[in-house]
Amino acid sequence: MSKKPTTKKTAARKPAARSKKPKVDSWKRADGRSFDELRPLKIESGVLPNADGSAYIEMGRNKILCGVFGPREMHPKHNAKPNEAVLRCRYHMAPFSVDPRRSPAPSRRDQEISMVMRSALEPAVFLDRYPRASIDVYIEVLEADGGTRCASINAASVALVDAGIPMKDLVAACAVGKIDDKIIVDLGDYEDKKGQSDMPVAYMPKLGKVTLLQMDGIMTAEENERALNLAIDGCKKVYEVQREALKKKYGIDQPQDKPPKEFPPEEPTEEPPVEEGHQ
Amino acid sequence: MSKNNIVSHLKQKKISEVLSTGKRMDGRGFGDFRELTIKSNVLFKSEGSAEVWLGKSHVMVGVKVGTGTPFEDTPNEGVLMTNAEFTPIANAAWEPGPPNEASIELARVVDRGLRSANVLTTESLCIIPGKFVQIVFVDLYVLNYDGNLIDACSAGAVAALMVAKRPTFNVIEKEAKPTGEKVPLIVCKKPVAVSVIKIGDSLILDPTADEEDVMDARLTVTFDEDDHICTMQKSGSVGLTVDEIKKCINMAQEKAPQIRAKALGD
Repeated sequence: MSKKPTTKKTAARKPAARSKKPKVDSWKRADGRSFDELRPLKIESGVLPNADGSAYIEMGRNKILCGVFGPREMHPKHNAKPNEAVLRCRYHMAPFSVDPRRSPAPSRRDQEISMVMRSALEPAVFLDRYPRASIDVYIEVLEADGGTRCASINAASVALVDAGIPMKDLVAACAVGKIDDKIIVDLGDYEDKKGQSDMPVAYMPKLGKVTLLQMDGIMTAEENERALNLAIDGCKKVYEVQREALKKKYGIDQPQDKPPKEFPPEEPTEEPPVEEGHQ
Repeated sequence: MSKNNIVSHLKQKKISEVLSTGKRMDGRGFGDFRELTIKSNVLFKSEGSAEVWLGKSHVMVGVKVGTGTPFEDTPNEGVLMTNAEFTPIANAAWEPGPPNEASIELARVVDRGLRSANVLTTESLCIIPGKFVQIVFVDLYVLNYDGNLIDACSAGAVAALMVAKRPTFNVIEKEAKPTGEKVPLIVCKKPVAVSVIKIGDSLILDPTADEEDVMDARLTVTFDEDDHICTMQKSGSVGLTVDEIKKCINMAQEKAPQIRAKALGD
């Protein structure tokens, strides 16, 4: 079935129906943030005892768990690639994550997000290290508040590192959009629905590559360029939080005079203690 | 459709070699489209239709107008739905069965293009608010695959909607009765999708199946006639730099009005 019609189109067609006076200086967003301010962001790694790698993210009121399994034997075998591992993503929303309840069966939107997530993460993973294997990334959205695909990517790249999978870079993601003709970063649910456009972006800060880029709504090419730069700045902020989450778990506090470690932290020899407070 | 077989590797090498000399396998320039032909109103039973040929890619677009209940959050609006079908006759590698990722992506990108550009005023499709609305189904039926389905289907969908008619209803005592008459759907915008493909360091438009097979990444950008971007979608397993994205958008921006003028008679 098709994506349910968004209410975005009405807002886009009637930009005059603004709820706020567009004063340049005092303009504030619905939740009081400034245009370039992210929502509170919390990432925790190693939260699922049974997964090879995992992460929990709270981005605003989004609450998302990600579990990574693998590299492990591909099943069914005919999906395996002889020369590299296959990264499989499954994005799934809990029935209670949105209002009204949604069916737990995968929708077309879920399948598309699973696919773009895979494309967003693949460029960061050394897949050729694990021929014939699968690396499974499972996303469970417990509560959705706009920008779940970006939050999911943020959690997934931390979880991949937590699983000890060699990575070229962390993938950081955040959305930008337009509301009241203003370009803003990290859209909340309200802004996502009422805004004129939204554009999720994933970025690898060290490599300078955009790995996810989607856009819906109406924007000029100039606005688009501004939005992209704002998104990349946002991704860099997210990147720092992701690094902190990993440092916290693995205690890598490198003094400046030591050369940085060449590889991501090795797999933990014992199961990490179960972190609390992720449910 | 897979980069894993030897043929693909050889193909990729050859295509990249030719691209590095500034040419393409079929002799086109990087920014050239194949012949695009759209024939509207080719089917009788559907409310609107268009047959699209883009090189050897061949798509039939059918518009059907049904009725149903509106979505809870938009009680005063009708519904526009886009669906894509990869028929097994279109490609030796395609099998019957549930839609795969590629067909879902095709449907979603075309769908989002139509919605974001506000192609239809969905309010005009509402008959009894909250109870009874018209649903416009756009079915993209791929009959032969030779690359660049997104661009072909997005142009075809608009062409089919432009000629589509919807039945009208009278509301008598809270009951909707069909009048037996049909009025044209009003198409407010004509969005056109242009996909830019990256192979190695080359950015090219309108890829063939072979080029799509070996592509590193794709960026689809949809423009409406006001030169606004309505939808973007990046796919493929290689990242793009900000410069590359700008180049892609410029290429698409330049091409979109040409396609619209040629295919949709702007």
